[in-house]
Amino acid sequence: MVGEETSDEERAELRETLGLMDPIHVQFSRFIVNASKGEFGISYQLRRPVSELIAERLPATIELVVISALIALVTGTLLGVYTGINRKGFLSDFVLAISLLGVSLPTFVIGILFIYLFAVILGILPSFGRGEVVDLGFWTTGFLTVSGLKAIILPSVTLSLFQMTYIIRLVRAEMMEILQTDYIKFARARGISENSIKYKHALKNGLIPVITIAGINIGTLIAFSIITETVFQWPGMGFLFIQAVQFVDIPIMSAYLVFIAFVFVMINFVVDILYYLIDPRIRVKGDAASG
Amino acid sequence: MTFLKINNLSVDYQMRKETVYAAKNVNIEVNKGEILGLVGESGSGKSTVGNAIINLIDEPGKVSSGSVILGDLNIHENSESIVKYRGNKIGLIFQDPQTSLNPILTVGEQLIETIQTHLKLSKEEAKNKSINLLKEVGIKDAEVRFDNYPHQFSGGMRQRVVISLALCCEPELLIADEPTTALDVSIQSQILELIKKLTKQRNLAVILITHDMGVIAETADRVAVMKSGNLVEIGETKKILTKPQENYTKSLVSSVPPTNKKISRFVIVEKENSDKKENNIKILNRWTKKEIIDQDLVQIKNLSKSFDDNFFTESSKNSVMAVNDVSFEIKEGESFGLVGESGSGKSTIAKMIVNLFKPTSGDIFFDKVCITKIKQRSELMKFRKQIQMIFQDPYSSLNGRLKVKDIIAEPITLHNPSISSLDLNNYINDLLESVELTQKSADRYPHEFSGGQRQRISIARALATQPRLLVCDEPTSALDVSIQAQILNLLKDLQEQLNLTILFISHDLPVVRQMCDRIGVLKDGKLCEVSNTEDLFLKPGHEYTRELLRLMPKIESIYN
Repeated sequence: MVGEETSDEERAELRETLGLMDPIHVQFSRFIVNASKGEFGISYQLRRPVSELIAERLPATIELVVISALIALVTGTLLGVYTGINRKGFLSDFVLAISLLGVSLPTFVIGILFIYLFAVILGILPSFGRGEVVDLGFWTTGFLTVSGLKAIILPSVTLSLFQMTYIIRLVRAEMMEILQTDYIKFARARGISENSIKYKHALKNGLIPVITIAGINIGTLIAFSIITETVFQWPGMGFLFIQAVQFVDIPIMSAYLVFIAFVFVMINFVVDILYYLIDPRIRVKGDAASG
Repeated sequence: MTFLKINNLSVDYQMRKETVYAAKNVNIEVNKGEILGLVGESGSGKSTVGNAIINLIDEPGKVSSGSVILGDLNIHENSESIVKYRGNKIGLIFQDPQTSLNPILTVGEQLIETIQTHLKLSKEEAKNKSINLLKEVGIKDAEVRFDNYPHQFSGGMRQRVVISLALCCEPELLIADEPTTALDVSIQSQILELIKKLTKQRNLAVILITHDMGVIAETADRVAVMKSGNLVEIGETKKILTKPQENYTKSLVSSVPPTNKKISRFVIVEKENSDKKENNIKILNRWTKKEIIDQDLVQIKNLSKSFDDNFFTESSKNSVMAVNDVSFEIKEGESFGLVGESGSGKSTIAKMIVNLFKPTSGDIFFDKVCITKIKQRSELMKFRKQIQMIFQDPYSSLNGRLKVKDIIAEPITLHNPSISSLDLNNYINDLLESVELTQKSADRYPHEFSGGQRQRISIARALATQPRLLVCDEPTSALDVSIQAQILNLLKDLQEQLNLTILFISHDLPVVRQMCDRIGVLKDGKLCEVSNTEDLFLKPGHEYTRELLRLMPKIESIYN
């Protein structure tokens, strides 16, 4: 933080103003107090308040994660239901084989392959960056420009692949299990149409565990986004974090980690509430005994 | 007139190596307004026939031949046509009301969907019809209950909902597959009454699939007996139960514990080894046989157990009293029966006696020592050795990864670590022979045995430590009636020869009558009465006991 020609007095003064002379527990409690107010100090490298930097980078990461989560959930559920119902078809085997690739290939390999295929060979999608963004004052979005939309395709698909395969396998297993249950058999015996049995009776039950897993996985998506953002030079928090690691920029790193922890807790909280809304067995626990 | 006609119905399961016939050339006729009982032991194909009527056989099984005529319609013409009769002409009720309703749809949603599938009614009309139906099957406050989820209903109420779902499109044939097996006796009688009432009111043809001869005797007009996929005998209930023609039917009927008298042994027609008595003597050589003295082996004083609903709130409001101030004694050498419906706390008492649960208050004395106060592990082991337990489910109470000999050896080596391996093997063989298993069984795994054989292994394991008290928690309720008779005979023989004291827990009154000298009746964790078996059955003291006796299905009712 200081240049070559800084004098010893100035160094000492800076130490004093930064509070580096205080005992460790005082420094740590000051960090806690400030962190609880959202102040993580000043980045060593960029000399700007960390909270400002994070706020600047947040929209990029959030947009990336939301889009990947949507892709993973929607495609994962659809393919999971399909493979769960049509267990022996060619398409099911194909999807399952591909999903193995998704689980086993690391994100950065997939990202680089995508860049090579779509940006280098075909040249239809940009290989890095966010494209043009529109500043809404509190939020910068890439959704409003063509280049922004094009730019988000590759990183979000890359990021979603792992979760998608996970959800496919989970939904498939759930569907297969639920289609064997007594209440599905009883619904068949009442002559309920096959479509209603599959998409209303079975799928609704099958989605309950998916919501738990999906909640936890959105947290993982944010964590995984470090790699994807690095591969695609996506100007999000993960990219900021990697740069901070290289420069030992501790305020940024600590702020990022605290933020991620906070997101994890919030997501799980939301998932618990969703559970409560979706599963009636949890909702009315109180009067179950009276029945 | 004949309404349902099943001609030469066969169901096969195409396996990789062979074809298994689950049902073979079955011919059954059912009239309107009549209940046909379909009985048989597990694996006899009775459920298969029920499911085959509406072509609801699980893969890889399929209906391979035969026809089903309903009225003047051949409903098996092709596999698509049957779909439109499901729910519409034919209603089906399954065994377990806990699992046959979709947990995340309200009862009303499930009813309306079913009604609208078959009848051209508006949502409002369907709702009215559903509410009337719920009222008809005996659900109070039907307007409110309509919007409830299945888990808000108790077991019996849920089965009523299931019945209303099966009947909502006015089918003419009702197939009830073990509709009361999962229910308590008082609820069972209500459900059976309901089925009988609906049969008459709606002029239904009903097929009642069950393994319970008492239920058949009280409900069915005619009976069909099945064995390994074949129809053995069919005829009027009274005739089949009193003068069975076929050997299998005879053995089935004689295996049923009579409710009106005490017999010394169950008659087993099919295979009765005459020389098995001698086998039992072998473990007697090792047995330090206690002479029976007239004393109480177990004394239970003011025993209570509560389960806290919530870990954080210790208020007594949330806690459930599973056992509430229960006191009784078990005399040395006697069989003491504990009966009660589910949730009455009978298993909880058993688990406290074998020290798997700690009582909330009260004491248990075993041989005049208070075992609930023992802190030292070595002291406790002495008592564990003398008290052994046999569990209800022979499938989950044996470790599937261990060979039979290791299962039996475990308690022996635990209490006698110095036993030589030769002696251990001999002992295991003797134990196996005492429970009428061959020595070859020792090297096999539990999954190679049937339910009855597994329960024998459990008994051998329990006997391995030479206990004085054997706690049997519903030892035969997972078993077929003929197997049950064999196991109960075995327990009786063992008790006689080894001077065992038995605590026998069951919900099945006829079985308890055959097995026990004295009986305690439990209700909601409280002991209603304790008395000698015959006194209890002939002049019950407590209101609840009278109620239980009145409701129990009696095979003898056919003579009236």
